[in-house]
Amino acid sequence: MDLQSILLSLKAIVPEMILTATGCLVLLYDLLIPEENRGVHAGISAVGVITALFSVLWFGSERIEAFSGMLAQDTFGSFFTVVVLVSLLLTLMLSRSYNDWEGIQKGEFYALLLFSSVGMLVMAKATDMMTIFLGLELLSIPIYVLVGFDRKRLSSVEGALKYFLLGAFATGFLLYGMALLYAATGATSLSGIAAFAGKENVFGNTLFLAGTALLFVGFGFKVSLVPFHMWTPDAYQGAPTPVTAFMSAGPKAAAFAAVIRVLVVAFPESHPFLLKGLWVVAALTMTVGNVSALVQDDVKRMLAYSSIAHAGYVLVGLVSGDRLGGQAAMYYLFVYSLMNIGAFAIVMLLSEGEERGYAIENFRGVGFRYPVLGALMTVFLVSLGGIPPTAGFVGKFYLFSAAVKKGLILLTVIGVLNSAASVYYYLRVVVYMYMLPERAEEVRPRPVGVGVALALFIATVGVIALGIFPKGLLSFAESSILSIFLS
Amino acid sequence: MLRILWLVPALPLLGVIINGILALFFERPLLLRKYYEDLEKGVHEEDSHGHGAEDHPLFHHWYRQLVSITGPSVVGAAFFVALVCVLILVKRPPHERVFQLDLFTWIQSGEFRTAFSLYLDPLSSVMILVVTGVGFLIHVYSVGYMAHEKGYARYFVYLNLFTFAMLVLVLASNYLLLFVGWEAVGLCSYLLIGYWYEKKSASDAGKKAFIVNRVGDFGFALGMFLLFWTVGSLNFSEVFPKALEMWEAGTLTPAVATAITLLLFVGATGKSAQIPLYVWLPDAMEGPTPVSALIHAATMVTAGVYMVARSNVLYLMSPTTLTVVAVIGGATALFAATIGVAQNDMKRVLAYSTVSQLGYMFLACGVGAFTAGIFHLMTHAFFKALLFLGSGSVMHALAGELDIRKMGGLKKYMPVTFWTFFLATLAISGIPGFSGFFSKDEILWRAFSSPFGGKVFWLLGTVAAFVTAFYMFRMVFLAFFGETRLSPELKEHVHESPKVMTVPLMILAVLSVVGGFVGIPPILGGSNRFEHFLEPVFEKGAELVPAAPHHFSHSLELGLMVLAVLVAAAGIYLAYHFYMKKPELPGKVAEKYPVLYDVVANKYYVDEIYHAIVVYPVYRFSVFLWEVFDVLVVDGIVNGVGRVLLGTGQAVRRLQTGVVHTYAVSLLIGAVILVGYLIFG
Amino acid sequence: MQEYLPVLLLLAFAVVAATGFMVLSGLTGPKRFERGKEDPFECGMPLFSDARRRVTVKFYLVAILFLLFDLETAFLYPWAVLFRKLGLFGFIEMMVFILILVVGLVYAWKSGALEWQ
Repeated sequence: MDLQSILLSLKAIVPEMILTATGCLVLLYDLLIPEENRGVHAGISAVGVITALFSVLWFGSERIEAFSGMLAQDTFGSFFTVVVLVSLLLTLMLSRSYNDWEGIQKGEFYALLLFSSVGMLVMAKATDMMTIFLGLELLSIPIYVLVGFDRKRLSSVEGALKYFLLGAFATGFLLYGMALLYAATGATSLSGIAAFAGKENVFGNTLFLAGTALLFVGFGFKVSLVPFHMWTPDAYQGAPTPVTAFMSAGPKAAAFAAVIRVLVVAFPESHPFLLKGLWVVAALTMTVGNVSALVQDDVKRMLAYSSIAHAGYVLVGLVSGDRLGGQAAMYYLFVYSLMNIGAFAIVMLLSEGEERGYAIENFRGVGFRYPVLGALMTVFLVSLGGIPPTAGFVGKFYLFSAAVKKGLILLTVIGVLNSAASVYYYLRVVVYMYMLPERAEEVRPRPVGVGVALALFIATVGVIALGIFPKGLLSFAESSILSIFLS
Repeated sequence: MLRILWLVPALPLLGVIINGILALFFERPLLLRKYYEDLEKGVHEEDSHGHGAEDHPLFHHWYRQLVSITGPSVVGAAFFVALVCVLILVKRPPHERVFQLDLFTWIQSGEFRTAFSLYLDPLSSVMILVVTGVGFLIHVYSVGYMAHEKGYARYFVYLNLFTFAMLVLVLASNYLLLFVGWEAVGLCSYLLIGYWYEKKSASDAGKKAFIVNRVGDFGFALGMFLLFWTVGSLNFSEVFPKALEMWEAGTLTPAVATAITLLLFVGATGKSAQIPLYVWLPDAMEGPTPVSALIHAATMVTAGVYMVARSNVLYLMSPTTLTVVAVIGGATALFAATIGVAQNDMKRVLAYSTVSQLGYMFLACGVGAFTAGIFHLMTHAFFKALLFLGSGSVMHALAGELDIRKMGGLKKYMPVTFWTFFLATLAISGIPGFSGFFSKDEILWRAFSSPFGGKVFWLLGTVAAFVTAFYMFRMVFLAFFGETRLSPELKEHVHESPKVMTVPLMILAVLSVVGGFVGIPPILGGSNRFEHFLEPVFEKGAELVPAAPHHFSHSLELGLMVLAVLVAAAGIYLAYHFYMKKPELPGKVAEKYPVLYDVVANKYYVDEIYHAIVVYPVYRFSVFLWEVFDVLVVDGIVNGVGRVLLGTGQAVRRLQTGVVHTYAVSLLIGAVILVGYLIFG
Repeated sequence: MQEYLPVLLLLAFAVVAATGFMVLSGLTGPKRFERGKEDPFECGMPLFSDARRRVTVKFYLVAILFLLFDLETAFLYPWAVLFRKLGLFGFIEMMVFILILVVGLVYAWKSGALEWQ
């Protein structure tokens, strides 16, 4: 590698470098300032994230094969970079207030968020199994810590430990799968695997098949597909709420990015047969996620289960296995990040501290007492339920129409049924907010700071605007998916 | 000039924004609590009927006055714009009466394109005029009816929002946008049913409506997907010609057409309260009465009929679906009418009556007489809105009393309400000259003569007409005629409603009387201009209709018409006989039967036997239907599905033990299965 | 699968050798059972507590820090060998790498990870 190509490669990881530098800066600055000023880290991090976002806009569309084909910057990677960065930005805005309330205002929190995001970006751009693994680990380890960040609270530590143990277990599967694939094909790069699969009959190659299966077990764990989802409710509930919001958006998007890239680039030929397996997983994931969410009385836990179901919807797009499906999945991931973070933000505002929980009872009569919070929550829940004219509807419509176009009628029926059932528990919260009398003791939402207000504003505008004018984002997703289909 | 069409939905949306801001600023609960505490003090000091509110400073607050202006006026303006648009449209030659206003592209990918665009043709013209026209009157009425409510601006926000959503529904140029309106009107409906959320029954009813409608929407969504999959488009301007082309080419098979239309019809049964998904509508009467009038009688519940009529081309491809639609419509018409006989709550009678009348409209669609269905939709909007508003006026006067057994003799206390209500009752009963007569007769004749129809459908409709006349007049006689049975303190309180409420009643009464004149059939010397107006919409589909097997003579048509009138008259007479002439009869029978000794000793021997053999069983059967079928079976199924799902959820929850080992084992099993599948599968 | 044969042979040899020696020593060695023989260490020192007890978390901290800087050295060796070939760019790149580690060290130091109270 000559200097020229190295410099060019560096250009491909500008956002990563910015985030890393910001993370380091936050860590060091944290040592210099007194405890009560630590909220400033959120601001510093946000500046870093916004700079990174601009850098994506600047050179995100250029296609660069970086570091001898380990990593590629293309529109596809940029799309997910934007998803991750936007989720991160919203999370930072929520965290500042939340950490004050819960007494966990520390610089490390923000640094870990930033480092974890670097991992996500690497994963989204990775074109080699090594870099995918690197990104995955870089993504996961800070998240393990963040889940247990509120270490005085038992549930937080419990969630973190469970997540870590199972995560390590699943990573083992993933790595083993990669090793087997390497053994079978002699390549770690996705294009190398594709070249092998194009030449040989992979259907008879046991090593290859086992490797593929284990690879998807590892991915399935990260995006919490059934039956690899068991950690999700515990980890989501234990984690500090902004972290939960972030986990449901950023890492999921990044892992799906890797899955899509692997499916499209590495397995273009062996598709139909792998997709059949994913078909079953998608149906299971949607159903288990929704059915479990039906009986939850804790809103945070309910949203955790619902996030499992949403991963199932996204998977429907992948099972379609064509451009339209991929585009729909990408659109949905972006929109899902916005509406889910928004919903978690309201949940966070209305709780009386992590210790007291997030019982649905807290939502009684909130709609009239705090009309703005109630209305926003309704918007997010309606969108999660896939009711027009919100972005959630457009997303689901796209996913399912892609599936229908491919003739996956049964899967669509399962999906639409699930979507109908999900509305029950989403709207249950709305019923509590608007149709039940208030509780005797008053729920006081925590003071809404500028950051939280801004985050809510962005999420709401996004959910509604993308529902009515989805065209821009959709064409972005389309050109993104094209960028890997053609390469 | 037709480009101003966008104003029609935009104006109510403007109202939502203005009233929403006012609601946000002035109806914050903390402020209201104080207001209400003061108000309650005031009420106790002055009189017991809530008139103290009018002296409260907040009551005259400028924001309420502003809401009273903006709320109705935006809808009024929308009506005006709609009228202008329709007049321009009518000026064009019949085959050019289609106008599509593209606002912007909504969803586009590849060749699939769906736009936010408005579609004006004779069918949507009728709908927007009904929605904005009747809507405007109900908005005005609400100003008086809701004057004492604390959430005054909130109410108008919902009502404006509803109007907006309904206009989107009927003006949509594609199924997707129609679905947007479809869901949005549902949402407004739940919000308004649960308007008095403090009442548990109200919030329960909201929930019930919601769940039942989800079942319907599920069908609708699937139908839409299937249609998209088959035809490749969802735009009205493309779907129908393309479907016809494919039909002729044989690529669209009758089986697929049946599947699509049946699924869409499932959606329609949910929204338009047909068997078996009608259960939510009677409960929906928990909402404020003007809401019942607008949403649950005149407009929203007719969306299903509109959708079926809009999709007439598809429906005509599948005689199977048409038969299903007609059977369900006819059965609902009769079934709901018999239940109406046993109800004593004024609004409940009207609710079942609405279900029954919607059944008529579907019966019409089911026999391929879409024009007749839409015609009845329009006249029904007039007289049913009037009936509901009239009952609201009664309720207003009687401090919330709705039990017709406790009324009586209201005629002299509230003459305007009585006369308007009476006219509407004549209309719904199908008395010649009134609007309901023309539309109902059209349906009955088509049910008899259409190639898709049959004598059974005609019989169903005619019997239902008989029952309708009976229960409607039973209600009128019990409530307005005879001796008053009001409690003394109510008697003092009873009064005619204010002008702001009675004027809309009078306008609607005029419409209920003359509304049918646009569709006088040729046999009565008219030219059925309504049918000619709608003709271009149904023309394409008409090519699919097989030629009538045989021609029916004019005398037969006339004869059936006379028969229908006689049947209605018989119903009225029966009601008169039992509830006016011998008002003690029904009560006595209900109480004393079956003590045969009493009956024999009684001088109304014949009457009572008749009563025992005919009326009493019908009455019991009606109660039985209501109690057993409605409450147990249908509710049971609806709740049962929910319970099964919840039970599964509980079972799955048990799997979530919280023990890491279990989780790891689940992961391992999953991995083993996946690996095994890929290697051996 | 031909190429795996040496691996298989090695595996077999390892298994045979290990079990063989254990069996052999078990069969041929003298056996004297005494209490002292049961102790983990036959050095004459009496045991003062169970070996399975909790160890303070500070050890882990030190161990992790050690691991990090140990790995850094592992990277530095090959870099040093190729230093001339890599030129200025290699120098800058390694400085960035070290800088990041220094940030970590400063952070660990300042936040008291190196202290042992």
